[in-house]
Amino acid sequence: MAFRPFGTRSDEVLFRAGTGAFALLLIVIVAAIGVELYRQSLLSIKEFGWQFWQTDTWDPVAGEFGARPFIWGTLYSSILALLISTPIALGIAIFISELAPTRLRRPLVFLTELLAAIPSIVYGLWGIFVLVPFVRQLEAATPDALRSLPLFTGPPLGVGMLSAALILSIMIIPFSSSVAREVLKSVPQAQREGAYALGATRWEAIRMALFYARTGIVGAIMLGFGRALGETMAVTMVIGNNPQITWSLFAPQYTMAAVLANEFTEAADDLYLHALVEIGLVLFVITLIINAISRMFIWSMARQRRPRVARPAVAKAA
Amino acid sequence: MRNHIRKALSHVIVGLCGLAVLVALIPLAFVLFYVVTQGITSLSWSFFTQMPKPVGEVGGGMANAVVGSVIVVALGGLFAIPIGIVSGIYASEYAGTRVASAVRFAADTLNGVPSIVIGVFVYGIAVLPFRQFSALAGGIALGIMMIPLIMRTTEELLLLVPGSLKEGALALGATRARAVFTVVLPAALPGIMTGILLALARIAGETAPLLFTAFNNRFFSTEVTQPIATLTVQVFTYAISPYKDWHRQAWAGALVLVGIVVACSLLARIATARMERLQRGS
Repeated sequence: MAFRPFGTRSDEVLFRAGTGAFALLLIVIVAAIGVELYRQSLLSIKEFGWQFWQTDTWDPVAGEFGARPFIWGTLYSSILALLISTPIALGIAIFISELAPTRLRRPLVFLTELLAAIPSIVYGLWGIFVLVPFVRQLEAATPDALRSLPLFTGPPLGVGMLSAALILSIMIIPFSSSVAREVLKSVPQAQREGAYALGATRWEAIRMALFYARTGIVGAIMLGFGRALGETMAVTMVIGNNPQITWSLFAPQYTMAAVLANEFTEAADDLYLHALVEIGLVLFVITLIINAISRMFIWSMARQRRPRVARPAVAKAA
Repeated sequence: MRNHIRKALSHVIVGLCGLAVLVALIPLAFVLFYVVTQGITSLSWSFFTQMPKPVGEVGGGMANAVVGSVIVVALGGLFAIPIGIVSGIYASEYAGTRVASAVRFAADTLNGVPSIVIGVFVYGIAVLPFRQFSALAGGIALGIMMIPLIMRTTEELLLLVPGSLKEGALALGATRARAVFTVVLPAALPGIMTGILLALARIAGETAPLLFTAFNNRFFSTEVTQPIATLTVQVFTYAISPYKDWHRQAWAGALVLVGIVVACSLLARIATARMERLQRGS
């Protein structure tokens, strides 16, 4: 009688196939999202082609669909948010993993996680009634000398790119900082000890650790970028929803996610609906690529974590 | 002399890192402060028991939206918990295989898909074919968002269960299915429940995937095939409306949402701390 460690062969096959079917469902869902979005946007893809992304006029009533302002708004707001949030997120990650006394660490981690757990709609509500009036005052108080710069033109409305970028940066800080914290944790202690032994100051030792963890940290920042690209509710509520391409931080603009949230249920004809779904499709593809790259960076960092010990020559001979 | 500069620079940067923490906590404090102060004055028992009043009439509540949120989130859980747990079992049991890493990658991908895009997808598969917004479609959308969260938690927690437990069961002649479902899974269950609690809390705060799946409903409804009101969509509708009294209601709704999130996070933290103590004790 052969020893069967996992019961009979058919038991094992059944278990593997049964659980595997559920697991494959995840891959199926991701694929289905891509296929379905493509299918639902065929009309618009056929009708407009690349022109769709090179035209600036969005006038569904007149049948004009140019989606360039949405791409612009999404990228501009996300990049601005990244510029604001990255130094803060890195500072938090460094503070929690390298500097804070042990007793302070847990509460700080909890608070930053809370920042991530607050629903987007609550940020949006707060944005409308607290942040936007504040930004309006800020904009009104901007000296005239600055107002002539292309970044600060336009009337002080409050709603607009500046409010959107601010609220986005608040929302992505916890994502980047928690991943960066994990990455820093995976830097071997010997790296820091080595730096200190050579007479490094605290910052110089941290810089060593940052350098060691650079791929993972880039991954963490990109993960935050992916979040910012797809963030919907809070941005929709403060960006002003006006499809235009301008550098001005004061100007109301529009994002891909926001136009979906606002206009999807109003799409009266098929072409309009398909045009909106095409925007969703492109948003899906962009976030897919950004996330894949950032995961690759973070995973390659995790692999590094395994200690690479030189194998003794004897082991090879055996 | 140079050393002075190096030391000073070090102190400055350490200070800046501390400052970064403060800068991030200020908006958190502000958001919580406003939600609590604005919400508490508007929140009353009638918020949970009364229906929304028409424009112009003061008062009323969000009873339909509260019930609707519970229904939609429950549907999402019903759909996502089995799929999440079983696929998590697969990913941990066959951790080394190529399929498992593909599934893990799919989960991370799905987790990164913007929630509004999931809404568009579910609109295509569950609303358009029936020409009908429904609570069920909303549940599917939330479920799709929950699956990767539950799968990754399950997988991580199963991998933490000592291998000797499973080996013991196998040595007694259990099949792998039996060993997993009667020995390994129960050992990890408290942690998995905590993970599910956090996932439910996160999903309860979602708005974007519900906008064109569950849609909204001015009336009280428990029909899963009909459009249904939810707290988050109701807060959105009220927030962008021009009426003062509706704004008040929106703040009350926001307070309820934040309350759910904070309560769940605290509960999960307490549970995790207790589990860690138990593990150290045994």
